[in-house]
Amino acid sequence: MPLMEVQNLKMYFETLRGHVKAVDDVSFNVHKGDSLGLAGESGCGKTSTALAILRLLPWNGEIIGGSILFDDVDLVKLGQERFRQEFRWKRISAIFQGAMNALHPTMRIGDQIAESITTHESVGKKEALERVAKLLDLVGIGASRIDRYPHELSGGMKQRTVTAMSLACNPDLIIADEPTTALDVIVRAQVLKVMRELQHKLNLSLIIISHDLSMLAETCNRIAIMYAGTIVECGDVVAIFKEPLHPYTKKLLGAFPSVIGEKKELSAIHGFPPDLLNPPTGCRFHPRCSYATDVCRTEDPKMVEADSSEHRVACHLVGV
Amino acid sequence: MPQDVSINAKNLTKYFTIKMGFFSSLLSKSIPVVHAVDDVSFDIERDEILGLVGESGCGKTTTGRLLLRLIEPTAGEVHFKGFEVTAADEHEMRRLRQKMQIIFQDPYESLNPRMSIFDIIAEPLRIQKIVDSPREVRKRVVEVLEDLEMTPPEEYIYRFPHELSGGQRQRVAIARAFVIRPEFLVADEPVSMLDASIRSEVLDLLLGLVRKYHSSFLYITHDIALARYICDRIGVMYLGKIVERGPTEDVILKPLHPYTEALISAVPVPDPTAKRSDIVLKGEVPSAVNPPPGCRFHTRCPYAMKICREKEPEFTEIEENRYLACHKYAS
Repeated sequence: MPLMEVQNLKMYFETLRGHVKAVDDVSFNVHKGDSLGLAGESGCGKTSTALAILRLLPWNGEIIGGSILFDDVDLVKLGQERFRQEFRWKRISAIFQGAMNALHPTMRIGDQIAESITTHESVGKKEALERVAKLLDLVGIGASRIDRYPHELSGGMKQRTVTAMSLACNPDLIIADEPTTALDVIVRAQVLKVMRELQHKLNLSLIIISHDLSMLAETCNRIAIMYAGTIVECGDVVAIFKEPLHPYTKKLLGAFPSVIGEKKELSAIHGFPPDLLNPPTGCRFHPRCSYATDVCRTEDPKMVEADSSEHRVACHLVGV
Repeated sequence: MPQDVSINAKNLTKYFTIKMGFFSSLLSKSIPVVHAVDDVSFDIERDEILGLVGESGCGKTTTGRLLLRLIEPTAGEVHFKGFEVTAADEHEMRRLRQKMQIIFQDPYESLNPRMSIFDIIAEPLRIQKIVDSPREVRKRVVEVLEDLEMTPPEEYIYRFPHELSGGQRQRVAIARAFVIRPEFLVADEPVSMLDASIRSEVLDLLLGLVRKYHSSFLYITHDIALARYICDRIGVMYLGKIVERGPTEDVILKPLHPYTEALISAVPVPDPTAKRSDIVLKGEVPSAVNPPPGCRFHTRCPYAMKICREKEPEFTEIEENRYLACHKYAS
């Protein structure tokens, strides 16, 4: 049984010009020990999906439908207060985009991490700090740096600090939103290595949100590709990268350069992602798809199983 | 100097002094300097694209700005078609700038929000007084927009930057640089802000213009994978120095300098089945205020020897067209 099952999740933003369908009928599973990569262009709804799961939506965002089953509890139906007490950080924690720049500048990093423990659990400060020391060792910062301030740390260290913070209450699932985009290549490789090791050591489940498919290829075992608020294809990482089925996945993969192997021409997707106020009818990718037929323009493609139950795709051209 | 060399940098050096507080300036004996660019030499031929890659803070952007003399070098010279840029007076500089342009990273910040697209692109023509008649200006603006596939141009020229998407904005920034048909162009991370799906389209258009006007092109980037698809040659920078330089494919598929090797192995590839060496360098780039003595990379180099800590390696040609600064290959 999956740890978390997102089914037909819909989350709309209310604006003066109408509903922005940021997350529209999104379904996916996360199993224990999984690391799921949620990929797509900016504005495709990756972060909105994460915020909906964490119940951290801005005032104008609302979950319209669907369910998020986490250990058989439907998080959508749960009250905000109960979710805060029982789930947020204790079961599901997050590393937000740019979190390393949001550390409190005048608080020692040890105190900041300890705060997330004392807020969620009834432990004293001393015990919390002992746990923080262990966490700092775990992420490779070293317990000796517990009294440092954020400005004394480099970018990679700050990113590890927020990683330690997300681990503070021993969660089952961590949602990491672009955890490495602000970092340099080598530091990014260091941070990702730490995350991979932690995941194995603690048998964590991860959702990594990123636009960088190369990075996801090296860190995740499953990939879901989002486009204009919906998931168009999801499956095992090898299946997605080796046998992509959706035209969007194919094009997107072709747009990523590689430093190994032969040099292939980079593909480009002409046009722009659609306006989510009025998404195109039928398949949302049809205006940019070179294989689009009449049925693509009128009918919504359903998510169907492709070669295995794990590899699913929403495209009229698959399996015809 | 061969005829086809367009831009030539010789021992280019830039130190930035650090501003100190009043009291610390009384107490300290010397003013600390950041060794941003230290003794960098290279040339770019006509029709050639040189990539400068490295991590942030390695001095690649400073090098680009020095070439255009947007900042004054501490030492060293820049020659443009045999003419010494670094010695030019104000009047000569203005003439030189008609042939040199730069494209910046962030199209959200580099375009004036209160100017129409037409005015943004026409401004270099007006400032440089390249064409006189308004009709001629319009013709040039329309032409460059068509080259960038922003068609029909009439639909775009009356708009303002906020009405355009990121990709379109960056095309406007490119149009502004190419409207004067530059012979030398610096682009500082021109596509790093764009989504992967539109990145290659914008790059193709940019490269099309570079070829059309036979410009020399310095492409500055941290993304070595993307540089592979663009550049004829690559220079890898570390802490203000070029450590390795050579033809792109040679450098990427057969890196010689330990830093280049580590940099390339740290770049993720879009292939989950790829077998890759797992060298992840420890630590981070040391401070450019007190760069390590000897080879600047020795503090993190897995092959560091005694000599690396003491003597700075010379930048020499070790194979045809391949330059390297490393003691490992010196003997």
